Amino acid sequence: MSDLILEMRNITKEFPGVKALDNVTFKVEKGEIHCLIGENGAGKSTLMKVLSGVYPYGTYSGDIVLNDAIQKFNHIKDSEKASIAIIYQELALIPHMSIYENIFLGNEISKKGLIDWNETIVKAKEVLEKVGLTDDPSLLINKVGVGKQQLIEIAKALAKDVKLLILDEPTAALNEDDSENLLKILKELKNQGITSILISHKLNEVMHVADSITVLRDGQTIKTLDVKKDSVSEDEIIKMMVGREMTNRYPSRVPDIGEVVFEVKNWNVFSETDSSKKIIKNVSFNLKKGEIVGISGLMGSGRTELAMSVFGKSFGSKISGELFLNGNKIDLNSPKEAIDNRISYLTEDRKEKGLILIEDVKQNISIAALKNISKKMLINENEEIKNAGEYIDKMKIKTPSVEQLVGKLSGGNQQKIALSKWMETNPQILIVDEPTRGIDVGAKYEIYNIMNEFVAQGNSIIMISSEMPEILGMSDRVYVMNEGQIVALLENDDMNQETIMKHSIGHGGKSNE
Amino acid sequence: MSKDNKSVNLIKNLIRSNIRQYGMFIALFVIMIIFNILTEGTFLRPRNLTNLYLQTGYIAVLAVGMVLVIIAGHIDLSVGSVAAFTGAIAGILQVKMGLPTVPTILITLSVGMLIGAWQGFWIAYKKVPAFIVSLASMLIFRGAVIGITKGQTIGPFDENFNNISVGYLKDILHIDGVHMLSVIIGIISVVLYIVLEFNKRKKRIKYKFEILPVGLFIIQLVLVSALIMSFILSMALYQGIPYTVIIVVGLVLLYTFITTKTTIGRHIYAVGGNIEAARLSGINTAKTLFTVFVSMGTLAALSGIVYSARLNSAAPSAGNLFELDAIAASFIGGASASGGIGSVFGAIIGALVMASINNGMSLMNLDISYQYIIKGLVLLLAVWFDISTRNKSK
Repeated sequence: MSDLILEMRNITKEFPGVKALDNVTFKVEKGEIHCLIGENGAGKSTLMKVLSGVYPYGTYSGDIVLNDAIQKFNHIKDSEKASIAIIYQELALIPHMSIYENIFLGNEISKKGLIDWNETIVKAKEVLEKVGLTDDPSLLINKVGVGKQQLIEIAKALAKDVKLLILDEPTAALNEDDSENLLKILKELKNQGITSILISHKLNEVMHVADSITVLRDGQTIKTLDVKKDSVSEDEIIKMMVGREMTNRYPSRVPDIGEVVFEVKNWNVFSETDSSKKIIKNVSFNLKKGEIVGISGLMGSGRTELAMSVFGKSFGSKISGELFLNGNKIDLNSPKEAIDNRISYLTEDRKEKGLILIEDVKQNISIAALKNISKKMLINENEEIKNAGEYIDKMKIKTPSVEQLVGKLSGGNQQKIALSKWMETNPQILIVDEPTRGIDVGAKYEIYNIMNEFVAQGNSIIMISSEMPEILGMSDRVYVMNEGQIVALLENDDMNQETIMKHSIGHGGKSNE
Repeated sequence: MSKDNKSVNLIKNLIRSNIRQYGMFIALFVIMIIFNILTEGTFLRPRNLTNLYLQTGYIAVLAVGMVLVIIAGHIDLSVGSVAAFTGAIAGILQVKMGLPTVPTILITLSVGMLIGAWQGFWIAYKKVPAFIVSLASMLIFRGAVIGITKGQTIGPFDENFNNISVGYLKDILHIDGVHMLSVIIGIISVVLYIVLEFNKRKKRIKYKFEILPVGLFIIQLVLVSALIMSFILSMALYQGIPYTVIIVVGLVLLYTFITTKTTIGRHIYAVGGNIEAARLSGINTAKTLFTVFVSMGTLAALSGIVYSARLNSAAPSAGNLFELDAIAASFIGGASASGGIGSVFGAIIGALVMASINNGMSLMNLDISYQYIIKGLVLLLAVWFDISTRNKSK
């Protein structure tokens, strides 16, 4: 088996409450382009982090065998020494430095601490040529487009004499020409003997460049396909990606659905940092009374950006479009205006954007609706404690007291507190963004119950989720987003994992041009 | 038995959640005792303690404003220059233009408020880092004070202006060695405190919340009452309560009320604790920050008034390094450099710690160089202690 450059054997990696990788085996042959695919959360990134030493030896079980020797990486530096380079979706170049400075950053050509800049520039030109770039290496990175930056990252890896190149969604931020060029370069590197592992959501790309494909699902290896020998269709791959059994993890609910209560029309949003970049493209959707509507889509498809821009323009610039609440056109210019109109948004990231971790349970629950417990400006602390106590009972929040700091509670309890905070604002429309991410099964079930109870009272929920079974198990209808657009509305029989996945990766059958 | 366990847990929680404030109190106490021993009893004499309070006054006023700025996650380096500038404004208004004391004070405070609004505008609405904005103001207002005073000291002020920092409450009864009005005020404060605590307890009982066992409750009442009375006596046994102390205590009560009981206070903590979560919770984060800086500017002006009243003149070099004392007081008082944590009361204790070090070392006739070094080390150790206890409690 000496033609294997890499073998990851029986890798298991657990996080508190979650098994991210379960006995994964992954083999890569020398000189091939090996694509690693799977849904959001299937374990692709975790596997690559294990390989590159981000999760050090000892925090996972199983072996990494590189060039026939077992490796024990404790740090990303160790894997770099073993000629592995990983290039993330978010580029790690320093914008105010030149191309050549970036290429040799941390790997400077020097004698006794003095950098030999002439040699650096010559070498930089060499590696740039390998990736097909003829630009002046003294250009600053922020003067270079994203497509070229991606290539410069690869050049940087080549400068370290890399043998195994890992690319995490390299084309996600690129336009078609740049993507095509990048894939062409990958093929050329292959001819020079460099092995690549490519993580991608874009099946057409995968089919175009892959020599083999490994499918991960729910932290397990489903299958490794040899593209040359096995003839596989995209449909079969999609089935492997999503083909889990639907178990009854969702409390049942008899939907009692009324008229349309909320409508978004022709919604357009541009990026906050780059106002020429459109993030949300002419999106329209509606929500009915008593309904849970799912918004599905891959990461980066614009789901969170859509939700936040609707929630009082808390994301984006140059927002245009119309919102209708109960048939009346409304303008929401700040989160406060949204809350006052009884629209609330449970954030995707509870630690970064949802909770104040250094404050206690009661303060977090009351912060978005202080007027409920105060007269004029004066807070009634006893009411606050009583109110928080009621949520602790109702939501089954496990905490020693209402004075416990939220940062010390588990993820599931934190999420329940975040949800309590929004329930306290008495919303009619609740947008929940990844409501059960990173929490255990029991807490998930309880959150589903709370959601069901909430809509049974005649309210409505928009649920954004990367977990397809959750979307299917909870929603009455599902919108699918892809690259900032709503590409499909699925109802009844159309609501299944294969259809969602097809639309998510742009194979929905209908043209989006 | 389970009831006993409960109250033990209650006490443990109480100590744990207040460990920093207790820690500071203990630190202040230890520092005072050490100086008292080193000065052979001079430090804790009423005369010196009164002097210590007066020395703390203008820094304490700044620290009250500064701790809010720090809780909101920012910093203000300009307060020393602003205090000097507003002090000079007061000097010009009264000494050069002959304005009576009350309008002088009101106009000076308004100038401080405007300066705060100027800083708040850049920080809250234009998103320029507070460090830069206040560094700029530090230079701008130091320049301005030299400009408007033409480098000259302005003085003297009217007697009643001067009294803000050197005057004492007039006594009603005359008993040798004891200022009776102060004692009466002390007794009223203690009674008020006890009534408030009983009210609080009654309300908690009505809500069926846990309360301290009666024994502990009484110990708490006795301890705090004793603290209040010894504070009052330390002044009553000299010349009574100085006006400066009344100003500072009033500020502390007002700002403690604002930070702990009102929505604006809650907003300030939320903005410092997690500005993104605060924004998405519907809090107007810019307005909150703006308010905090307006308050800081006003208090800087008040500090300028107190300081120039103390010197009975406004000097172009006034307020030098005040900002550092105020910032240090806030941090020693348990505020977190990353925002969201801190208390007004803590900042005052911090200010007392700094002033005690100044005062004690002066009594010992130690060279000024040692004072700087010791103050620096105390700041470093206090914050290190804070960080290490915080990590442990995780």
